[in-house]
Amino acid sequence: MAIEIKMPALSPTMEEGTLAKWLVKEGDEVKSGDILAEIETDKATMEFEAVDEGVVGKIVVPEGTENVKVGTVIATMAGEGGEEAPAAPVAAAAPAPAPAAETPVAKPAPVEVKIAVDPAIPAGTEFAKMTVREALRDAMAEEMRTDDRVFVMGEEVAEYQGAYKVTQGLLDEFGARRVIDTPITEHGFAGIGAGAAMGGLRPVIEFMTFNFAMQAIDQIINSAAKTNYMSGGQMRCPIVFRGPNGAASRVAAQHSQNYGPWYAAVPGLIVISPYDAADAKGLLKAAIRSTDPVVFLENELLYGKSFEVPVLDDYVLPIGKARIMREGSDVTLVSYSIGVGVALEAAEQLAGEGVDAEVIDLRTLRPLDTGTVLASLKKTNRMVVVEEGWPVCSIASEIAAVAMEQGFDDLDAPVLRVTNEDVPLPYAANLEKEAIIDAAKVVAAVKKVCYRG
Amino acid sequence: MKQKDALLVKPTTPRTIKKSSSPAGGAEAPARPDHNKAKPAPPMDYTASKEELLAFYRQMTLIRRFEEKAGQLYGLGLIGGFCHLYIGQEAVAVGIQSALTPGKDSVITGYRDHGHMLAYGIDPNLIMAELTGRAAGISKGKGGSMHMFSVEHKFFGGHGIVGAQVSLGTGLGFAHKYSNDGGVCVAYFGDGASNQGQVYESFNMAELWKLPIIYVIENNQYAMGTSVNRSSAEDQLFRRGESFRIPGIQVNGMDVLAVRGAIEEALKWVHAGNGPILLEMKTYRYRGHSMSDPAKYRSREEVQEMREKSDPIEGIKKHLEAAGVSTDEIKSIDSEIRKVVNDSADFAETSPEPDLAELYTDVLVEQY
Repeated sequence: MAIEIKMPALSPTMEEGTLAKWLVKEGDEVKSGDILAEIETDKATMEFEAVDEGVVGKIVVPEGTENVKVGTVIATMAGEGGEEAPAAPVAAAAPAPAPAAETPVAKPAPVEVKIAVDPAIPAGTEFAKMTVREALRDAMAEEMRTDDRVFVMGEEVAEYQGAYKVTQGLLDEFGARRVIDTPITEHGFAGIGAGAAMGGLRPVIEFMTFNFAMQAIDQIINSAAKTNYMSGGQMRCPIVFRGPNGAASRVAAQHSQNYGPWYAAVPGLIVISPYDAADAKGLLKAAIRSTDPVVFLENELLYGKSFEVPVLDDYVLPIGKARIMREGSDVTLVSYSIGVGVALEAAEQLAGEGVDAEVIDLRTLRPLDTGTVLASLKKTNRMVVVEEGWPVCSIASEIAAVAMEQGFDDLDAPVLRVTNEDVPLPYAANLEKEAIIDAAKVVAAVKKVCYRG
Repeated sequence: MKQKDALLVKPTTPRTIKKSSSPAGGAEAPARPDHNKAKPAPPMDYTASKEELLAFYRQMTLIRRFEEKAGQLYGLGLIGGFCHLYIGQEAVAVGIQSALTPGKDSVITGYRDHGHMLAYGIDPNLIMAELTGRAAGISKGKGGSMHMFSVEHKFFGGHGIVGAQVSLGTGLGFAHKYSNDGGVCVAYFGDGASNQGQVYESFNMAELWKLPIIYVIENNQYAMGTSVNRSSAEDQLFRRGESFRIPGIQVNGMDVLAVRGAIEEALKWVHAGNGPILLEMKTYRYRGHSMSDPAKYRSREEVQEMREKSDPIEGIKKHLEAAGVSTDEIKSIDSEIRKVVNDSADFAETSPEPDLAELYTDVLVEQY
């Protein structure tokens, strides 16, 4: 049986080419790997090798022929005597015919959207004042007590007790096997963490700040976020990347940046950015238990702030559920992380001026709880998004788009964004203050959307 | 390169004895001054039984024929995108993985991954169907040539970013040590990746923490179109671990028995708790970097000489003859393998494409 030799596609985009030169003639015996011809593509001249052994039968397309379409028969070859000559596949790139019964096709899971709801806190639960820093530490410690696969790795997390003291005491309780100081090599230890997660562990990788995670962002996005999808659901990467994010105080441009919008743009990641201590605890515990990779964005300026935290054995919050921090009827303020405090302060001021603002803390940036945002918009018909970060391609931009696409009929005014100025953060105290959001800017925006003064 | 030329790195800077806590648990090998530091023994060529020789031949031939077929399907437009063939390098994956325990030891590599999967006993049908982007592919058609995994076999990919697998593999080594499961990770990377920064960050932590990992540099002489000499200040790549005190051995990667001999020594070294070791496999790819590479950066004569003088499959044939395996027996293996490969191509062509609903699955594991 003769084998048909077809014009090969020699690049991802090639559709036709020139058969520049035949290096064999009719009657030649060829082995696999022998070069049959030279073919010119739009990019280069390529050598075309024989795959099968045999004798060149007929050369159908002579050398020098231009515009030979991929898949055209250019020659035939007789198979080696006696050996079963494998038929060259005839099918072109077209999708194959109906499946044979024995090829298993995994059925996609029905897409069912669970509505996340905060667990009810039992009546009579005590609350204790606790800093965000302590809440984060307790979350890690509690999860480490119940699951030996959980470990903490990062710069100064162990013997130094944490650059911002978030991991204070963990080394004493869990030892050097599970609380691990790394060299200053974010790219390397982010990759090691992701690999350990693929190998079955539950790493919590601390970045001293997320500014330094820029060194590691390839591992976070290309390795951690995409693996489950690229492997067809086989290979998981249950890891938490955590650390302070956003502007601190007077540390200037390279140390003051909000990466919320960066990571929230990536399918395959969970992105959480809590405001108060209770959420920090409940959400970090949820993040550590999640089978998905989580970017957990904290804020240095909030570490020392105290909040009420329910005293419960196992306080875990749902990922993907926003929280209404303050109910109101005139305007919705949407924010997350440190911006929530600014929004709450603005709401207090506005109350004094007769404007009743509702404040929503997004808590999770991916997946976004658009349901809570839209329900509030339906009630207030006005919205301002408050974000300690740049305006362009921000979470605020995303919320504005969601409001327009899904809540257009509920809007009585355009959605406004109150964000940091669109500049690298300056060092000088007055310039820094000018660049960052504050309650006065929020109040001014609210007055605009309410068409007041 | 002859096996007797294999070289060992001898660290030269005196080391002060330092006590440090060891993460990831396990006994720590005490730090010693350098002149007393144990070294891996120079590897010997592996003495293979007739059965083992046949297995090596079978596996290397399977990879060769499979890759040729993949190249052919690419030419027919059935495989798209980037496709990097392993032709010429077969002895490396086959020699190394013949010494590992599937399901216990873990393996990770870059995008030139078909050969490693076949050498680990993964079904050729699932690999070929992934190359053609079909639902029956090992990644359900969502990964393609560069992104294939088999967690069941502890084959962790299949990674498209040059050098990323070295840090990930170091993490797998970390997980072996943390879990105390006795496993070792083999992380393969190329001469190109050996210049990536994260490789050295990983070397540092692997040695610092004595992780059970074997770094295998598959030095096929060209990082895409740039030769080692044009890209590497230290072109003796087995020395690249030196400043981290990771011993390195240079191996003839065109000889499966040399490769197997070297991995035996490397495994001994790692199992003894000494931490990482580096193997530089001097090898050669016959084809271009990817299917769309015309390979004009080297001469046809250079390729031809390699094929004629150092081909790993031709090399093992001599051993088979010496072991009394007849030409007929070899021919019958050849035609058996052709059938396996042709069947995999048929399977890959006739399997259906993924259901459109698959577009949205596997983005996240849980629902939120």
